[in-house]
Amino acid sequence: MIVIFLLIPLSIGLAAVFLLGFIWAVRSGQYEDTCTPALRPLMEDNHPKKKEKEKE
Amino acid sequence: MQSLTAAVADYPDAGLDATLQVPEADVVESGCFHCGTPLRGAVFSSRDKSFCCQGCLTVFELLTENGLADFYRFGKAAGVRAKTVPKEEEFRYLDEPALRRRLVDFADERVTRATFRVPSVHCIACVWLLENLFRLKPGIGYSRVNFPRREVFITFDNSTVQLSQVVALLTSLGYGPELNWSDVEDRPRTPVSRRLWLQLGVAGFAFGNIMLLSISSYFGLDAFSGPGLRKLFGWISLALVLPVLAYSANDYWRAAWLALRRRILTVEVPIAVGIAALAAWSAGEVLTGRGPGYFDSLAGLLFFLLCGKWFQQKTYDRLAFDRDYKSFFPLSILRKSEQNEVRISLSQLQVGDHLMIRNGELIPADSRLICGRAMIDYSFVTGESELVAKAAGDHIYAGGRQIGGAIEVETVKEVSQSYLTSLWNQESLAKEKKPSLDTLTNRYSRRFTKVVLAVAVGAALFWSWRDSTRCLVSFVSVLIVACPCALALAAPFTLGTAQRILARRKVFLKNSSILETLARVGTVVFDKTGTLTASGAGAIVFWGEPLGEEEKGRLRSLAQHSTHPHAVRIAESVEGEPPAQPVRSFCETAGCGIEGIVAGQELWIGSAAWLESRKVTVPSPPTRSGSMVHVAINGKYRGCYTLSNALRPQADQVLRKLSGKHDLALLSGDNEKERERFHGLFGNSEHLHFNQSPLNKLQFIQQLQAPGKTVMMVGDGLNDAGALRQSDVGVAVVESIGAFSPASDVIMSANMVPRLDEVMRFAKSSVRVVRLSLLISSIYNVVGISIAACGLLSPVVCAILMPLSSVTVVAFACGLTTRLGRRLDFEAVCKGGTEP
Repeated sequence: MIVIFLLIPLSIGLAAVFLLGFIWAVRSGQYEDTCTPALRPLMEDNHPKKKEKEKE
Repeated sequence: MQSLTAAVADYPDAGLDATLQVPEADVVESGCFHCGTPLRGAVFSSRDKSFCCQGCLTVFELLTENGLADFYRFGKAAGVRAKTVPKEEEFRYLDEPALRRRLVDFADERVTRATFRVPSVHCIACVWLLENLFRLKPGIGYSRVNFPRREVFITFDNSTVQLSQVVALLTSLGYGPELNWSDVEDRPRTPVSRRLWLQLGVAGFAFGNIMLLSISSYFGLDAFSGPGLRKLFGWISLALVLPVLAYSANDYWRAAWLALRRRILTVEVPIAVGIAALAAWSAGEVLTGRGPGYFDSLAGLLFFLLCGKWFQQKTYDRLAFDRDYKSFFPLSILRKSEQNEVRISLSQLQVGDHLMIRNGELIPADSRLICGRAMIDYSFVTGESELVAKAAGDHIYAGGRQIGGAIEVETVKEVSQSYLTSLWNQESLAKEKKPSLDTLTNRYSRRFTKVVLAVAVGAALFWSWRDSTRCLVSFVSVLIVACPCALALAAPFTLGTAQRILARRKVFLKNSSILETLARVGTVVFDKTGTLTASGAGAIVFWGEPLGEEEKGRLRSLAQHSTHPHAVRIAESVEGEPPAQPVRSFCETAGCGIEGIVAGQELWIGSAAWLESRKVTVPSPPTRSGSMVHVAINGKYRGCYTLSNALRPQADQVLRKLSGKHDLALLSGDNEKERERFHGLFGNSEHLHFNQSPLNKLQFIQQLQAPGKTVMMVGDGLNDAGALRQSDVGVAVVESIGAFSPASDVIMSANMVPRLDEVMRFAKSSVRVVRLSLLISSIYNVVGISIAACGLLSPVVCAILMPLSSVTVVAFACGLTTRLGRRLDFEAVCKGGTEP
């Protein structure tokens, strides 16, 4: 049963990582617009130039 | 680095095959390759493609040269009409440090970041183009579009690009941004929802982890490990719940505190009291080592409460967005170009358009006066009815009304539907309100809180005497399970959805509470001209000595200044379109006629009685059908126009359907000649009233209202503004005019008149949906509170039930209303109606 003292911090730590990830996602504005990103894959063009432009 | 717009300015000399030419007829038939505007007259063309204007052509060239021709693959004619190529100097002023600071989000020595509102973004191609701005102009780094908010976020390099150049580029592409001058701090930069997301995340995190720890104690943890582990779990739970109390519950604390300071009881008070009681009790248990507390319930409660709040906000945002940006009043405006004058709808209006504003018409967007004698009535905006004179070049704010002759203006801003709606909803125009669902809900929820607090305290006292273990549970459960939200939400969500559904069918309601009044209407009063009869249909004949070409031209010049359906018909009937001549001393007397001096001759056009009052002998009418408009030049009678009024298609059917449930009446400014025709339609001749002046109409409505009837008046908003205002529901039917009558409660496109009965039935059903939702939520509350008071519900179940009940009510209300709306469509399809 002693292993529980390891498992509890681990599980909470893991959840905390997810929470931080979520906070980062919200702060970076990913939840503000859930519509436009869905359009973007549709307009990826097949231009050979694309790769170098993407760098910006 | 040569700047983009400079290159554009040099463009005609660049030797490209951009020549002004009139193409073949088949090309004229199709639209502009860039924006799809039908091509007329002179057309610009390049690389076998035709364009409506230099602006569109420039954008096309620009895109093609920079390898962005894919733009046209996303949709045919996906562009926005750019019209003219803006000069970069026009925007130079934006580089002033003081102004610049107000527009950008962030700036240092190297980069600037700015967010622009671009209302003209409308499709995937726009998104693509705006996100590829960096290919068009070196120096622009990164651009991202938020489509639902119609915003574009741009990062650019200070050393190569100026803010003015970015704005100029956007404008030249047809995406002129709305420049917001309010200070950055005043702007709702971080939307409320971002905060809500974070609160939700924190609550969810705590809820999940505490539940994981607590669930073991539900299954008898002590049997394995003794009380030590349980204590540890209690402490961990306490630590996890602290951020929830501090952050996630923050809004409830604040709202409750504000309410208590103002000594009122709001919805948040019982929730905050419940949370506080639960937290204090649980902390006490853990600290003294008596038990694990109810931390799982507490975290779960906040998590589900916030979920409900998020759902509500999302639904509400969608309603508000649709109202402000997707729907436009069915008003039309006369756009003037070099070749012709075209009626366009409000949604097609663009910055830089030249508009003809006639007597009584509304200035739809901020504009600059080009020519004409402008006397602007800002009563709509400021409440001051004094007329303001403007000289050419002056700025005229949106919402003003021109009084007098027609003027020509150039728009300098986009139309803002939300601004026009706010003008319409001004308090000075508000009608006396009868007790309605709205006030009913308010009264209900105010008492509700008191009752809930009393029941909670009562249950706690009762159980502390009988069985102290149930004391806290019952107290908190009652506070949490009680859901006034469901009561408060039923009306706004149902009526909001109904309003949106109607707006899509070109029936605009001033606000959603109009629906309630609409459902109560007992008497429907129709105005004849422009409402039951269609202007523009039927023959127009001139009786008397034929007028000369010059006289006709003068007549047309005068008639053009008025928006009265008869005047519009007369102006249209003059063939050959002689050039309009200036009119002096224009005056329109509602219900009588118009007068003015054209080329030194005094013209009077109006009713027989009006002309006779000016000592003109009007001979007996040559015919007995149609409306008559008499003409006198220099005080001498010249003849009269007879306009035969064609009944709107299906108007007879709608009257027959309405007459089953409502009393009908007809008011007309015309003479009695058509009594027989309407006799059959209205069933009873008593309800037909002819020769009515605007004042008569108003008095007639008052008479009807005296015994307490709810009266709806359907008119064109011109001669019957008073009657529209007096009636309980004033419906302005608009066809081809921009006279936005503030007195009306409903603005309706003329093609919806034949479906008036369906609209009224829809209003009735939506009010019934509200009642049903209220009933459901009352049953929920009574049942929920009773069970909770018995101490049989655990707080976390209550916390699930409570938002669930709001969600159910909102979903029920919106869903059922949408279904009713679909039925509206279905009926239209069966009838072969034009509206989709």
